[in-house]
Amino acid sequence: MSSLLINPREERLLTEIQGGLPLVSRPFQQIGARIGLTEEDVLLLLGDLQQRGVIKRMGVIVRHHELGYRANAMVVWDMPDELVEEYGHKLIRHGMITLCYQRARVLPHWPYNLYCMIHGKARQEVLQMVHAVIHCCAIDRFPHQVLFSLRRFKQRGAYYFSEALPEWQNGAAEQRIVSP
Amino acid sequence: MKNLSPLDLRLLNEFQHHFPLVPEPYRAMAERLGVAEEELLNRLQSLQNKGIISRVGAVLRTGQVGVSTLAAMQVPHEALEQVAALVNRFPEVNHNYERDNAINLWFVLTAESQRRLHAVIEQIESESGFAVFMMPMIKPFHIDLGFPLH
Repeated sequence: MSSLLINPREERLLTEIQGGLPLVSRPFQQIGARIGLTEEDVLLLLGDLQQRGVIKRMGVIVRHHELGYRANAMVVWDMPDELVEEYGHKLIRHGMITLCYQRARVLPHWPYNLYCMIHGKARQEVLQMVHAVIHCCAIDRFPHQVLFSLRRFKQRGAYYFSEALPEWQNGAAEQRIVSP
Repeated sequence: MKNLSPLDLRLLNEFQHHFPLVPEPYRAMAERLGVAEEELLNRLQSLQNKGIISRVGAVLRTGQVGVSTLAAMQVPHEALEQVAALVNRFPEVNHNYERDNAINLWFVLTAESQRRLHAVIEQIESESGFAVFMMPMIKPFHIDLGFPLH
C-alpha cells in the first residue's frame, strides 16, 4: 500500500542501507557502487527521503537494553476514541514517555486504544514514572493496565524489505534470552 | 551502565539524529567531537561489537514504507520459550518481549506488504496453535528523537 510513496530506485537504496551504513570514510560512495548510483545521487536521495518524512531520523541507533535501560513498561488505556487525540497530546508533554500511539482495539480480548512506553534503568524507577503519568491529566478515570517487560526475546531494528538480510540475522545471536 | 567514555557518551547523545549527509560524514562527526576520523570509526566499530549500538543508519517512519503492527499472544507459561523462539525465527519480527499479563508475548512485525504480514501471522498461528492479536497503529503522538542517555 504505502510503498507507492517511494520509487524503485529509492527502495533499492533503503534496502541496501537497512542493515546500517558501512563504517568507512566514504560510506555513501560504497553504498552507491553496490546499486549503480553515484555518491552524489545517494546523498540527494537520502536528503529527499528525509525531507519527505520517509526517513524519520539518521544516525547512531542505540540499543537501550545494553545501556542499562532494562526496565520498560507499556501502559494502555481504554477510552472513547474521540478523546484519544486530546489525551495523547497531554501524555507526550510528560518527558518520561518514549513512545505514544493510538492503536486498534482487539475486541473482546483487548479493549485498549491508547498506548505509551516508559523506559528506565530499574523497575522501581519506572513504576514511579508510571504512577506520575497515570495520575496526571485526569487520565486515571479510564480503565488501564501496566505491562512490565519480563524477558526480552529479541530487539533489533526493523527490516522493511525482505531481500538482502545479513547472515547474522537468522543466527543464534539474535535469539538469545536475557533476563531483566 | 557499561563503562562508556565521555567521548562515547557524546557520540551516542549527539548523533542519534542529524547524521551529516556529506561525502565524508564520519570526518564531519569527528571534527565536531575533536578527534581523528580513524578514532571515531574505531569507537563506532567497538560500540557496535559490544551491541551498544545496533547500527549507524536510518529509522523509517512507520506507515510510510512497508507495513507494521504490534502483535500479542496468550501463551501458557510452559510453552512460552518455544513459541517465542518460533516467533523470533521470522526476520519480520523486530522486538519480542514477555510481559506480565495474561496476554504475555508481545512483538512488533514489519513487512513490505500487508499480504506478507498476514502470511507471517497465519504461519505463527498454525505452527504454535495459539491466536495472534494485532494492534496496528492508528496515530502516533510522539516524534522519535532517539533515546536520551544520562
